[in-house]
Amino acid sequence: MDIDPREIDNIAKLSRIKLDDAEKVKFKNQLVHILEYVEKLNELNINNVKPIFYTSPLKNVFREDTLKPSFHRSNILNISPSHVNGFFKVPKIIE
Amino acid sequence: MFLHELTANGIREKVKNREVSCVEVVKELFRRIKQKEALIEAYIFLDEEGALSKASEIDDKLESGKEIGLLAGIPIAIKDNISTKNIYTTCASKILENYIPPYNAFVVKKLLQEDAIIIGKTNLDEFAMGSSTENSAFHITRNPWDTESVPGGSSGGSAAAVSADMAFMALGSDTGGSVRQPASFCGNVGFKPTYGRVSRYGLIAFASSLDQIGTLTKDVFDAAMLLQVISGHDALDSTCSALDVPNYLSDINCRDNVVRIGIPREFFREGLDSEIRNALMNALEIYKKNGAVVIDLSLPHCEYAIATYCIIATAEACSNLARYDGVRYGYRSRLDDDNIVDMYSRTRAEAFGDEVKRRILLGNYVLSAGYYEAYYLKASKVRNLIKNDFDEAFTKVDCIISPTCPTPAFKIGEKILDPLEMYLSDVYTNIANLVGIPGISIPCGFTTAGLPIGMQILGKHFEEKKILQIAKLFEQETDFHLQKPKLD
Amino acid sequence: MEYNIVIGLETHAELNTDTKLFCGCSTSFGSEPNTQTCPICLGLPGVLPVINRKAFDHTLKTALALNCEINDFVNFDRKNYYYPDLPKNYQISQNHFNVGNNGSVDIIVKGEKKRIGINNVHLEEDAGKLVHPEASDAGHSLIDFNRAGVPLVEIVTNPDLRSIDDVQGYMHTLRNILQYINVSDCKMQEGSLRFEASISLCRKGAKVFGNRVEIKNLNSMKAVMKVLAYEISRQKELLDKGAQIVMETRLWDEVDGVSRRMRTKEEAHDYRYFPEPDLVPILVDKKSIDRIRETIPELSAMRRQRFTSEYLISDYEAGILTESKPLADYFEECVKLTIVSPKELSNWIINDVLRVLNEKKSHIQDFTISPKMLVDLIEMKSEIGGSIAKEVFSEMSNTGKDASSIVREKNLTPLSNAEELNFIISKIIEDNPKAIEDYGKGKKSALSFLVGQTMKITKGKANPKILIDIFREKLENNL
Repeated sequence: MDIDPREIDNIAKLSRIKLDDAEKVKFKNQLVHILEYVEKLNELNINNVKPIFYTSPLKNVFREDTLKPSFHRSNILNISPSHVNGFFKVPKIIE
Repeated sequence: MFLHELTANGIREKVKNREVSCVEVVKELFRRIKQKEALIEAYIFLDEEGALSKASEIDDKLESGKEIGLLAGIPIAIKDNISTKNIYTTCASKILENYIPPYNAFVVKKLLQEDAIIIGKTNLDEFAMGSSTENSAFHITRNPWDTESVPGGSSGGSAAAVSADMAFMALGSDTGGSVRQPASFCGNVGFKPTYGRVSRYGLIAFASSLDQIGTLTKDVFDAAMLLQVISGHDALDSTCSALDVPNYLSDINCRDNVVRIGIPREFFREGLDSEIRNALMNALEIYKKNGAVVIDLSLPHCEYAIATYCIIATAEACSNLARYDGVRYGYRSRLDDDNIVDMYSRTRAEAFGDEVKRRILLGNYVLSAGYYEAYYLKASKVRNLIKNDFDEAFTKVDCIISPTCPTPAFKIGEKILDPLEMYLSDVYTNIANLVGIPGISIPCGFTTAGLPIGMQILGKHFEEKKILQIAKLFEQETDFHLQKPKLD
Repeated sequence: MEYNIVIGLETHAELNTDTKLFCGCSTSFGSEPNTQTCPICLGLPGVLPVINRKAFDHTLKTALALNCEINDFVNFDRKNYYYPDLPKNYQISQNHFNVGNNGSVDIIVKGEKKRIGINNVHLEEDAGKLVHPEASDAGHSLIDFNRAGVPLVEIVTNPDLRSIDDVQGYMHTLRNILQYINVSDCKMQEGSLRFEASISLCRKGAKVFGNRVEIKNLNSMKAVMKVLAYEISRQKELLDKGAQIVMETRLWDEVDGVSRRMRTKEEAHDYRYFPEPDLVPILVDKKSIDRIRETIPELSAMRRQRFTSEYLISDYEAGILTESKPLADYFEECVKLTIVSPKELSNWIINDVLRVLNEKKSHIQDFTISPKMLVDLIEMKSEIGGSIAKEVFSEMSNTGKDASSIVREKNLTPLSNAEELNFIISKIIEDNPKAIEDYGKGKKSALSFLVGQTMKITKGKANPKILIDIFREKLENNL
């Protein structure tokens, strides 16, 4: 198998990780190597198998709608990279 | 015998009987750490001041005759992906290099309630992704048995600290073998409980459906003691069981449960080191001598476990690690950041290591449009097949015994360039995470080169107690767990 | 050219719980930024979600009220996308195993009943709020996470809406239902009701529909109406010119009154949904469905119908009275307390109560006059006369006092002193010979005129019934 260079660009974008050209090649090759190994799963006939997403038998876990004190704002803002007037501050958002 | 050579329970007895004060224990331990840490580098952060102050608090309690907790006076190390309030918790990542959590993990709260003394935070593979602790953003940790070898991972710092007598016990986390494999490499007892036995609240997530906090200790009794404290229901973790926690310490010497031992033949095929195979065969003889029946088993889908794990773990990881974006906490790129998308991509490019990036990329690949069914859904189905293998097996046997790892500790640098090769070292361990069952690794021999060999015992969901008893029997019949690395 | 229009609507309503969906932080509106946050709703490393039972029950209630099939297996999924107001960079939502599917809402458009299909009803967490400093060169944005994690019910229609009138009718009915079942206060100005629309046009007679355009960021029903009107004319214009509609997502710009391209299909988000491993599934059994169903009151459409048949009021009046549940409850409470006709009660409520509430921009729940007080007043009316009654009503609404004390304090007791009345009446008869003459000729309206004159002089204090009797007697004698 192979991964198209455009696909690597797309995956890097989805991952929000900036990659330079050398890294793109390196990670592409490693991903291909791993995905080829993973293709092992195609040996199995799984058409009638149900997927499992949870190993715990738990169901219906709820909490009651009861107020708990929020955190002191300064405790939260003090660990942030940038804040002003009680807000978190980030670079301009361009859609 | 030096104080630092004692087990946690040994220290506990001495403290309780007032033979030694907690402050003395902590001071002695830090003397040891100062001697050996430069060589081993098990820790990311040491809190001598905090430990001493907690120690004198417990001494005061003892002095005034107040009731003391189960772990009173025991210095304990904590893997640095478990949140400690007001103490750095970095996940061995540059992205959390300066992060100080404003809250304690559930297990940390429990430790403090039981009067344990937190001495520091141990090294790991960044975000627990790795099997050698070489993926730490800060430094590598060396195996006390051979400082040219890795301690295993990802809880390599915790395992090395316990093995080098630089901690009496330690917490780790196990997503695909990250407690059991380093325990095996460093000659400790490593226990991964059933998924849901211990709250994950405050454990910094790698793969949510696989992660479980586990213990690294010098013997099985200490494992039972620590497990006793950290187990139990937590209303803040929806996946945490409300089942009663049995008393793991009472009847730990009971041998009634050592009955039918399953041996999965798939685990003894090619790729298994011959010295390890021999050690396992000898171990089985010991069980047989003590009345156990050894039953040949097949777990036909286990050869697909690594592939399944690769997909599920990376898919969950890419989502769990999306929150490290430089907005609310942690590292933010200092480059000119004129728009948020670039800020995200640069922050994450600069502050994540290669292994973490690789898994995020892979996870996003397998979840991305058009691939979900071919990868994630398929893996979730195979996960069911693997689970069925175990359900079936446990109708015939009480536990399953195998090597913990196919090889002893490997050399630093040996596998780091081949990610897949590294993933394959989890071949016997990650099935327990995929299925959610408990497993322990205990020392069962040494290679001719003097490296520890670990034996894994897997049990049914929530049968921790039985596993501890089975492990304890072996420990009573052998002295592998008493061996210490020569660090002088 | 003529076009067919197809519209689908997604509605997000904030559920009226005290706490957020996955943590115990308050959901109240208008606090200082980031004061209603904790490690969980900020997505700090290591935190985990636990579902708010009330939020789930409210979602189930909504699905039932919208006639959905309830799924017996419900779970949550992660919707992965990066946005700075989304703390974890994934939203815990539902994609596959929603709470409810295949529901419907009946709406009335231009007197015709129409059924709108509901594709699904599901529960998810809200995001925080972005603030963009006004200076265009500010170079940064600010985030307030108070809203992050507030529970939202999302209601997705099938593409069954065929006109702007349909959309208006649907939104109106939906809001009414959500308020009736008391799961959301639907306060548009606080953003607790928000919409996303998708619209496509196709030439009449054509078989294939045109490309779909999605419009996000619609924070009021008004905005939905405006943007759809805008989009319809924009798309018609393009289609008339023979151009293609681009499949895209657009944003509504409230200030300029236009929609703008946000992203094309190629740039569309890949949400990489997968089941949320930090939560366990919810099994919904018949018992819990029944328990929730019992809490759903009679909805307004049914109630409106019943009001017309049971209380003999017009459909129009019933419509007004059932517009909100508290108002309909108020009316029925009044009906229970008196033998005064429902019709008269309805008149009072529609003409007087609603007028006062409108003036005061207040709600019936906060109204100073209780049903009992209103009924007492109306029962006094025959005694004190209509105009005094109205005066007393207005005093009651201002002071919250009951009718009898106001009448006593203000000395509004009707004039029943016969001597005084006789004097006034004699004077009126003297001053209005024309009216007397008319009465003699059989013009009955002359009597009303005379009564009216008397009321004017007595400032409404005379009892009109008594007046009529006296006039009649005097005039008959005069003839």
